[in-house]
Amino acid sequence: MSLTDRDKATVRTFWAKVAGNTEAVGTNALSRMLTVYPQTKTYFAHWKDLGPGSINVRKHGKTVVDGIGAAVMKIDDLQKGLLSLSELHAFQLRVDPTNFKILNHCILVVLAITFPAEFTPEAHVAVDKFLAAVALALSDKYR
Amino acid sequence: MVEWTDFERQTIAGIFAKIDYETTGATALARCLIVYPWTQRYFGNFGNLYNAGAIKINPLIAKHGTIIVHGLDRALKNLDNIKDAYTELSVLHSDKLHVDPDNFRLFSDCLTLTLAAQMGADFNADVQAAFQKFMLVVVSALKRQYH
Repeated sequence: MSLTDRDKATVRTFWAKVAGNTEAVGTNALSRMLTVYPQTKTYFAHWKDLGPGSINVRKHGKTVVDGIGAAVMKIDDLQKGLLSLSELHAFQLRVDPTNFKILNHCILVVLAITFPAEFTPEAHVAVDKFLAAVALALSDKYR
Repeated sequence: MVEWTDFERQTIAGIFAKIDYETTGATALARCLIVYPWTQRYFGNFGNLYNAGAIKINPLIAKHGTIIVHGLDRALKNLDNIKDAYTELSVLHSDKLHVDPDNFRLFSDCLTLTLAAQMGADFNADVQAAFQKFMLVVVSALKRQYH
């Protein structure tokens, strides 16, 4: 389900609103994921504190959402643009790609909560497609 | 049998006590048809679904969205035996309506997002977990009679 020009324009416009809020959105999405899908905690056994206020969750949430923001800039060629991140996830982090879908869902929930008026069905479909494309590009180097 | 904590029971009851079935149902179904357009295959007789604008104002879709969300009342009233409570609805969806059960998951996600937008910060991680667990159980019950 490839991104149309309209999808890309919708994503760019919508993500501009997220840009000022990356730590809040990222922290909320990540901590939500750790609670709602406890199996995801297995990737963070090295963090002492997994609570929503923890410095690790805040920092990492921001890192992930900033990464997605960077992907928006590379929306015309995600595979090329996310090559090094894909290698990181494939060879070092080895996060099972099912988890990308899980985190994407949590991001959508946070977007619905944070931007109830702007997260229209039209914005939702474009962002959902984009996040799926990011997940695909991230898993590109896995095998 | 599914084990529900007191928190989960109260949370689910609380959500359903507060939602406006008409708006929530209509919004969730319209969102589903827009975000996952292939779900429109089941709505050939529902009039104009030509674009997002048309779907959002379609009165037949709105009415049907309400029916679907009311369908969840059955689970609410039978939390300790959702499996059996949905036997007939499962047979209906399988044998008469011929709905691919993956659609239950798609609608469930749209309903979750609709509720999140309505409840805002009240839709915290624990509430989300309880609601998603509830929907997962209902969806599983709805799939059971497929053969």
